[in-house]
Amino acid sequence: MLDKIGIAKRIAQELQSGWYVNLGIGIPTLIANYVPENIDVEFQSENGILGMGPFPFDGEEDADLINAGKQTITAMPGACIFDSATSFAMIRGQHIQLTVLGAMEVADNGDIANWKIPGRMVKGMGGAMDLVASAENIIVAMMHTNKRGKSKLLRQCTLPLTGVQCVKRIVTNMAVLDVTPKGFKLVERAPGVTVEEIKAATEGRLIVEGDVPEMVFN
Amino acid sequence: MNKAVKNATTATADIKSGMTLMLGGFGLCGIPENCITALVELGITNLTCISNNAGVDDFGLGLLLQKRQIKKMISSYVGENDEFERQMLSGELEVDLIPQGSLAERCRAGGAGIPAFFTPAGYGTEVGHGKEVRYFNDKPHILEHALTADFAIVKAWKGDTNGNLIFKGTARNFNPMMAMAGKITIAEVEDLVQPGELDPNQIHTPGVFVQRIFQGAKYEKRIEQRTVRTK
Repeated sequence: MLDKIGIAKRIAQELQSGWYVNLGIGIPTLIANYVPENIDVEFQSENGILGMGPFPFDGEEDADLINAGKQTITAMPGACIFDSATSFAMIRGQHIQLTVLGAMEVADNGDIANWKIPGRMVKGMGGAMDLVASAENIIVAMMHTNKRGKSKLLRQCTLPLTGVQCVKRIVTNMAVLDVTPKGFKLVERAPGVTVEEIKAATEGRLIVEGDVPEMVFN
Repeated sequence: MNKAVKNATTATADIKSGMTLMLGGFGLCGIPENCITALVELGITNLTCISNNAGVDDFGLGLLLQKRQIKKMISSYVGENDEFERQMLSGELEVDLIPQGSLAERCRAGGAGIPAFFTPAGYGTEVGHGKEVRYFNDKPHILEHALTADFAIVKAWKGDTNGNLIFKGTARNFNPMMAMAGKITIAEVEDLVQPGELDPNQIHTPGVFVQRIFQGAKYEKRIEQRTVRTK
């Protein structure tokens, strides 16, 4: 079973040189720490920066330089800064090659819910709806089950949707799964996790074909 | 054209209860701190505020929420503010949550004379309820209308008395589009200079979009999520 850092490390292996990548708040933000050395990517934050760098050293924070999670950041050499309309032109116009975001629920047709629990939690969708509606390549990073042990990979989402039929791949603490027309296809198991355990933790349709390999970390 | 006014109080003096305001900023980054303070002192109520976020409990738009001066918020993300969440869940505050990119584009469209546009964001979700759907390139899109405001209040790093603005870092965010979409746009800046002192090639917001400009008395520039690494 992976922890959040393990999920981030596994997704970091999906990165390809030349990609511009938008990382959502939470687990996705951690991915920037584990980019393989030979891979050249630039991170976009939708509040208006391409070429986002690591967090600043203590004492070097700039109130005018934050990411979409409102955390202080730095800018890499060659970074650029722009307004919100330009930022979402990049996103809607499909100039960003990969979007990674968290989710409360994902359905086996690729629907995603991550912005609202009616009557209890309403923080808003931020840029998530624009991102999932337009991105060609969307990976969801999340735990396989919620805090009460219930599956977050469902036949159908129960919470208000963020986007429809948009998620392509899901990386959880238990598995890597692809969304296919027939449901979640199990691609890889996390170290030490059995197919039976993944089946038990997945409420949506699960396709298991042949021997499912264990994740390999470089 | 000299658009300089004395301070936040004079710049905001004719803003009335019931008006619609746009306020720039992302979180607490690039918010018009001095004008928000002036609006609290002005005591006007029933405001509709268009702003990506709603500040935190004791800073930014949170100050207007505390005094119940806001009737309706049009935003994309409103976490980090307990008083906001309380007023929204209890029904005291009307809230229209819209996708961030749609919010930015609706402001841009409002300032650019585009009455509405189609976007894929929000199709198939509650954001799309009741909105016209059209297919372009075999993909569904929803119709979103432009936004304008009685006053747009923005914050820039530098400006000249002609109203030309330069932003710094990610404090730019929504400020340029909102500057375009205000019937009257008030810009507060950290450094107000004379025409000719800013390089025309480096201007982010042309002065034509700005009606009033002043240098803010002070800037706290509070950081919402101070995050650092160790050496």
